[in-house]
Amino acid sequence: MDAQHPSEHPFEPERYERYAEPVYRFNVNRRQFFKLFGGGLAVVCVGTGALALQPSDGANDPAPTALPDDIGSWLHIGEDGTVTVYTGKVEVGQNIRTSLTQAVAEELRVPVEAVQLVMGDTDLTPYDRGTFGSRTTPTMAPRLRSAAAAAREVLIDLAAETWQADRGALVVAAGKVTHPATGRSVAFGALTQGQKLVQTIAADAPVTPATQWKVAGTSVPKVGGRAFVTGEHRYVSDMKLPDMRYGKILRPPAFGATLRSLDAGRAGAMDGVTVVHDGSFVGVAAPDPQTAARAVAAMRAEWDVPPQPSRAELFDYLKEHAAAGRGGRDRHVTGDVEQGLAAADETLAHTYTIDFIAHAPLEPRAALAQWAGDKLTVWTGTQRPFGVRSELAEAFRIPEERVRVIMPDTGSGYGGKHTGEAAVEAARLARAAGKPVKLVWTREEEFTWAYFRPAGVIEVRSGVRRDGTVTAWAFHNYNSGGAAIETPYVVPNQHIAFHAVQSPLRQGSYRGLAAPANVFARESQMDAMARLVSMDPLAFRLKNLRDARLQAVFEAAAEAFGWRRAKPAPGHGFGIAGGVDKGGYVATCAEVAVDRASGHVQVVRVVAAFECGAVVNPDHLKNQVEGSIIQGLGGALFESIDFADGRVLNPRFSRYRVPRFSDTPLLDVILLDRKDLPSAGAGEAPIIGIAPAVGNAIFDATGIRLHTLPMAPHGLET
Amino acid sequence: MANRMELTVNGTAYQIEVDAEQRLLGVLRDVLDLTGSKYGCGEGECGACTVLVDGTPIRACLSSVGEAVGKQITTIEGLAQDGRLHPLQEAFLEVDAFQCGYCTPGLIVSGVALLNSNPAPTRREVVAFMEGHVCRCGTYPRILAAINKAADALKAG
Repeated sequence: MDAQHPSEHPFEPERYERYAEPVYRFNVNRRQFFKLFGGGLAVVCVGTGALALQPSDGANDPAPTALPDDIGSWLHIGEDGTVTVYTGKVEVGQNIRTSLTQAVAEELRVPVEAVQLVMGDTDLTPYDRGTFGSRTTPTMAPRLRSAAAAAREVLIDLAAETWQADRGALVVAAGKVTHPATGRSVAFGALTQGQKLVQTIAADAPVTPATQWKVAGTSVPKVGGRAFVTGEHRYVSDMKLPDMRYGKILRPPAFGATLRSLDAGRAGAMDGVTVVHDGSFVGVAAPDPQTAARAVAAMRAEWDVPPQPSRAELFDYLKEHAAAGRGGRDRHVTGDVEQGLAAADETLAHTYTIDFIAHAPLEPRAALAQWAGDKLTVWTGTQRPFGVRSELAEAFRIPEERVRVIMPDTGSGYGGKHTGEAAVEAARLARAAGKPVKLVWTREEEFTWAYFRPAGVIEVRSGVRRDGTVTAWAFHNYNSGGAAIETPYVVPNQHIAFHAVQSPLRQGSYRGLAAPANVFARESQMDAMARLVSMDPLAFRLKNLRDARLQAVFEAAAEAFGWRRAKPAPGHGFGIAGGVDKGGYVATCAEVAVDRASGHVQVVRVVAAFECGAVVNPDHLKNQVEGSIIQGLGGALFESIDFADGRVLNPRFSRYRVPRFSDTPLLDVILLDRKDLPSAGAGEAPIIGIAPAVGNAIFDATGIRLHTLPMAPHGLET
Repeated sequence: MANRMELTVNGTAYQIEVDAEQRLLGVLRDVLDLTGSKYGCGEGECGACTVLVDGTPIRACLSSVGEAVGKQITTIEGLAQDGRLHPLQEAFLEVDAFQCGYCTPGLIVSGVALLNSNPAPTRREVVAFMEGHVCRCGTYPRILAAINKAADALKAG
């Protein structure tokens, strides 16, 4: 429970990638599985291999061997026709509740409203590593489609058998199987006739191709949207249980601090207050939040704070400590960079720096924990409910079967809610209090004790010939991470490497991981090289690209933006940038207006072209692209965590500037719908183009090349 | 010290016993269980806690409950009438002006106050009025569009 010293944190710039696939993925035991359902049809989607329909005997523990161990998802059609889909994925605003519902509704030929999704409940849904990496659309959606398609075929079989009819003559629509020849019709639920049927199917069972989609591919409105505009939706921070207590943690004054002494006498004497002191973990459970806060404030604690690096020396620190980490990891080496540089007409060496930034999800970490006997249930906002279950089981030394984690649709994450700090803390307090405890982190706690988007140093050396051919590309990333580190441009001589560093702050995943940083450095450098040889930055990129999908988004964005149009006024500049990340192709054009007197940089207009295969929900996809761009503006221009001696110096919205209404550009998103290609996720890739597009536009407007993220935290300093 | 007081929220009078200095947000959420108003920052910088007091949008995380006694408090839960959504709520749904939805109640409450005082705001006016709100998912263009749409709907009656 101790706040860990930074040096105790394993190196993890791309945290989720260290999680290996588990040996077992069966989490709802078979008994539970059948208890979940009355009669009806359950379709279980497994890793590989098709299995036959398994009628159960209807007993309490029917056909226990019928279920395989590697269940990826399942759906159930109840006797009343209700379709319930179980998936370990979670909803944090990216609208997968809607897109997955579309996939199932389509294959089952039922209205969207007929499908219920149960998400992220470790007792009810199959194991899932977590909702990250833009994996839901490319992996979970096809699985659920397969399950739904299999269910549809079973229902057809059942009807054909009942009616002694040719199954080819049957039609499935609107939750019914009908036989047009005889006019007979039966609802899905009635077909199972009180039996419990289990169908297992392979994850790769055939599904409706995108060219024939009728439900997917359309802008189905957000499922359950009404509850969000009326305030009825209950986030974890809104939940209440009878006799619930409110938790509050005594935070150390700095990272890595250890508790030397504690006087909690006054706190413990307060009415209804339970004090927990366990190592360096100190917290209270109280009847109301005011009492909890008073109790913590009444404590007297002395801490030992270890020396640690501060923001002022951050980038030197990262460079100097690279060797102390795992050392360099070459991602891509081809040809000989030195020879390539020698063959160039112009060479360019730049160092780019990337600050730590915070996800700052508007709902801070929150958890509600309840012990019933030896069973722990925790409701918490996390992108990894099964990971948090492991954290809880480990913290309390109990088997995972005795821990249930439930994740109601949550107030966003952006890669920042992979961990279960609040869950563990609330559970510890609840165990001591003997009552349910809710713990909601303050904004300051979220800014301090969550993890950060990694800081980094990126060194780029490159060479270019006068005709615009890039001859050499050396790209060394220290600590940021390896996502999208490779260049999509054709360069004969490349050395691309990632250098791990023991981070001075706790760091982890962020939307796009290191892709926004790597693409910023690459696309800024590309722009500078185009300028060196007096080429148009778009033409320069296209000349060095062979990837048709990336070319297509560059051309689409430039066309819609009016790339070759004259600038509307002095002080305005145009910039372009693009790249590939997690299966998504993006090109972003930005127009900025720079006021040289005040240094104010206004992003006036942005056009982004995005392509991620077949589009599942055009309006929700556009919303994701727009949101990525606006969030990306923060990291591009002004977001930065300032820290010294183990303390975050700007842990508040009044001191940590996030994008607001006045930062909002006119925004146009062009979607290229490739129905011939599988759908990729889209929550991350669209963020990568905005920072370099803005930086390149600032250069275009002013002749000033910025090499830092954020680029202009206090305006353009000239 | 707890004081007995009457608080009128969404037209309902509640008899409560709380410290008059307590923040209004905590009373709404923890005492009255009206959890549509959200905690986002505790310093009036994000707008998630916005409620109307006699029609004026205030930050319930900064305001004391005592200040609201004798006044009409309107929260997000009070905007729909007889199950019919306010045109701005409708507009948020129609243009999909949210992602995670956590900031949405505060934004809608502020937007309603804006439209009440200025039925046809320009983009510049909307931006100025809403500047104190944070939508971390970045749906600002859609929120602007939703406010526009609701203004049109209100004008059309």
